[in-house]
Amino acid sequence: MRARATLATALAADGRTRVATLHSQAPLTLRLTHPKGPEPWTGHDAGAARVCVAASAAGPIGGDDYDLTVDVGAGSTLVLRDISATLLLPGPHGELSRLRTTVQVGAGATLVWLPEPVIAAHGCRHRSDIRVELGTGARLILSEQLLLGRHGEQPGSVVQHLRVRLAGRPLLNQQLAVGPGAAGWDGSAVIGDRRAIGSLVVVDPGWTEHPPEPALLGDAAVLPLAGPAVLVSALAPDALTLRRCLDTALARLAGTHGHRQPAAR
Amino acid sequence: MAAETLAALLLLADGRLPAGGHAHSGGLEPTVAAGGVHDIASLEEFLRGRATTSGAVAAAFAAAACAALTAGDTGRFAVLDAELDARTPSPALRATSRKLGRQLQRAMRAIRPHPCWAELGSRPHHPVVLGAAAAVSGLSPSAAALAAVHDAVAGPATAAVRLLGLDPFATHAVLARLGPLLDDVAADATRRAAGSPADLPASAAPLLDLAAERHATWEVRLFAS
Repeated sequence: MRARATLATALAADGRTRVATLHSQAPLTLRLTHPKGPEPWTGHDAGAARVCVAASAAGPIGGDDYDLTVDVGAGSTLVLRDISATLLLPGPHGELSRLRTTVQVGAGATLVWLPEPVIAAHGCRHRSDIRVELGTGARLILSEQLLLGRHGEQPGSVVQHLRVRLAGRPLLNQQLAVGPGAAGWDGSAVIGDRRAIGSLVVVDPGWTEHPPEPALLGDAAVLPLAGPAVLVSALAPDALTLRRCLDTALARLAGTHGHRQPAAR
Repeated sequence: MAAETLAALLLLADGRLPAGGHAHSGGLEPTVAAGGVHDIASLEEFLRGRATTSGAVAAAFAAAACAALTAGDTGRFAVLDAELDARTPSPALRATSRKLGRQLQRAMRAIRPHPCWAELGSRPHHPVVLGAAAAVSGLSPSAAALAAVHDAVAGPATAAVRLLGLDPFATHAVLARLGPLLDDVAADATRRAAGSPADLPASAAPLLDLAAERHATWEVRLFAS
């Protein structure tokens, strides 16, 4: 199945963010939504736009090809979330499933993107490519959580490639390959016996002068990049430990002011 | 490969090259301390992961730097430097790469004088210097890639003998078994080095990043990284 979805925001004259484009194609469905859970930076600001990605079918399944394009217009603020976790499933003939996400965050714009975990079921073959272009003064919070297999299950193969550029220069470029077919992935150089892997990228122009210090939080590290940005890289035995670890890091780096009680998960 | 260039490759890949590489364990010291490597089998998996992640990235950047210098395009060094920074999220690993780069640059200034050593700046990344060293030695990008990925596993393998008291024969047997993988990584790196620097391999190794950051906080250690 092929699906394309496009989302664009713009800053309106009253200072609020307006959703200028919201184009979905099943099963990749975009919906306007209300604030949910802790919201770093924007703190439930009514002027921000909030959109949820809802998969209206199981999968992606091997052979599926999804394209998501997000354009956060200059000065606008978008909070992007998922309705639920994503389960990667094998296709009938072992085909690759693909998700391409292309993101532009304009000058002075803010994107807070906190997706739910991606679960790699046994036998899946998936590739995700996220490309983020940040304009001058743009801010970004982006997290990713990958769970290898459902309970007690051997995972399929997943490649996650994240590229972030800031004002035309490379800021972060990391491709993680795990599962059968990635040599040495479960050795102690790559992820070892951990079955929950996560990352959190925070780009804040305020860090140009004073970047955060490197820090260790158990099996997670706060890694200041060569630019006004930080990567938190976390490994955990399970999903809950991973989420707690990323939540702690996010609260530390970006704050979660004005949040309600997190929704039950 | 002609006989005289083979000798040049052996010189560059020799652990006895006075460029400081022997003082580094490639993340093995903190990994051993965390229990991640404790015998020959776990060492082999560690090295396999290292070869296909940071080894593959180093190989591609060495090949690309070699090709750039051979083509007279030294302006590309700065592009490769920025792309390599983006592929090295750990500040400890960026610092190590630049330290090893500067040491190799210093050694090469005397071994094979060339204007490129000045053009590399004061804190070049190691794979970029290694690629330039290969070009100055008359070597091809594929030889530069092979030297880089060999370096990525040979250092930690010999460190394992010192840190764990592993049998040196069994340890070198691991390196011999990894030979075909190293050849594959170098071939892929060479193929991709012909393209845009933005599209060079970017394979992540989260545990190596974590190990490097942890190791950087140690007050007493046997190896520098």
